[in-house]
Amino acid sequence: MRFLDEFRVPAAARELLREINALDAGGTFMEVCGTHTMAISKAGLRPLLAPSIDLISGPGCPVCVTSDADIDRAIAVAKLPDVTLATFGDMMKVPGTEGSLASESARGADVKVVYSPLEALDMARSDPEKRVVFLGVGFETTAPAVAATALQAKRERLRNFYLLSFHKLVPPALRALVSLDDFDVDGFILPGHVSVIIGSDAYAFLPAEFGVPCVVTGFEVTDILQAVKKLVEMRDSGPSLEVEYARAVRPEGNPKALGVMDTVFEPCDAEWRGLFVIPGSGLALREAFQRMDAGLWEVELPEKPAARGCRCGEILCGKIKPMDCSLFGTVCTPDEPVGPCMVSSEGTCASYFLYSEQAEDTGTGASS
Amino acid sequence: MCVAVPAEIVEIKEFDVAVIDIGGARKNVSLMLIDGVEVGDFVLVHAGFAIDKIDEQEAQTTMALLEELAGLDEIS
Repeated sequence: MRFLDEFRVPAAARELLREINALDAGGTFMEVCGTHTMAISKAGLRPLLAPSIDLISGPGCPVCVTSDADIDRAIAVAKLPDVTLATFGDMMKVPGTEGSLASESARGADVKVVYSPLEALDMARSDPEKRVVFLGVGFETTAPAVAATALQAKRERLRNFYLLSFHKLVPPALRALVSLDDFDVDGFILPGHVSVIIGSDAYAFLPAEFGVPCVVTGFEVTDILQAVKKLVEMRDSGPSLEVEYARAVRPEGNPKALGVMDTVFEPCDAEWRGLFVIPGSGLALREAFQRMDAGLWEVELPEKPAARGCRCGEILCGKIKPMDCSLFGTVCTPDEPVGPCMVSSEGTCASYFLYSEQAEDTGTGASS
Repeated sequence: MCVAVPAEIVEIKEFDVAVIDIGGARKNVSLMLIDGVEVGDFVLVHAGFAIDKIDEQEAQTTMALLEELAGLDEIS
């Protein structure tokens, strides 16, 4: 009964649901933010909306879209002598070809979980004999913090601090998605905290070039429902870009953070796990910072892995739901993830497994 | 992953460092990514950096929401 006990929808949200369900139109709307994924599943919003409205999850979890090859490189770097690899906790369980950072740590590699890249800087300061590598992962919310850390390391002339940059950028990924021939989504619910940095103007191309409506919104149930309502209304009024989270998001974003990011990183092509290589969607260290680029180190990498039958790619494009994958909840669980969407707590499959009414229907969800 | 947590600035130190109060705990954050912050301001904090200034009401609302979301799983 856990799901019923926790089920709480405030009065304002119930009123919004009533208004949305009274509208004539519907549609399929995609959110691209792990926190939205969690909030929608936890509040149990999907079954409360009219059947004509479908909420699906896109590639909104930066951990989930880190490629096998990148994980293999991180593991290879962590295995080098005198290396401490520091990264965010979510990265530990992501499977590479032959294990994860967690399993490599159990075999003796020096892998540390940190909350902030600044902790890795402290490690480098206090142990000059070690090569400290910070594995940076995350969208535009996180990349400026890692860039600022690199700037600080350069200022202090720290010779034993290095970076692996697996950062990803949201707007190029959205452009790639809407450019797919069979992409069939009627609007985007866009992430609040990524937009704090990049600003809402970064999405203007979606309605202008592709006719896709979008709403930037916050994380409350009422924020998400307001976004859904606007998107449904735009089926009649025409596509535009709206900001439901204006209390934190400005059109221009945070220019200082963007400036720091631009000083340290330049866009590069990047592989998104389950999808494909998306032009200009990654961040590489600029030439002035190449000395600290651990991505340039020569390391031994495993052969390309055999296919695992995982359908995360189709899930990230909104083509299927987690329950449509035969591995979901059977072979692939949060304790033993096969696909990236099950690894992070913000992954689409993990959120369905933990919270969703659909997962309950398959008899797989309530046991964790 | 991309969640930023609201906190109040309680002290500003040298070298772009401030002390925040976050649910009663004191913690250092970097101000390298933000301008014009004063003691008493509320900021969004992500990975040890203040990334945006917000008003107090927004801070309180977001804090309550994050506590609720973190009920079954840790926000990272």
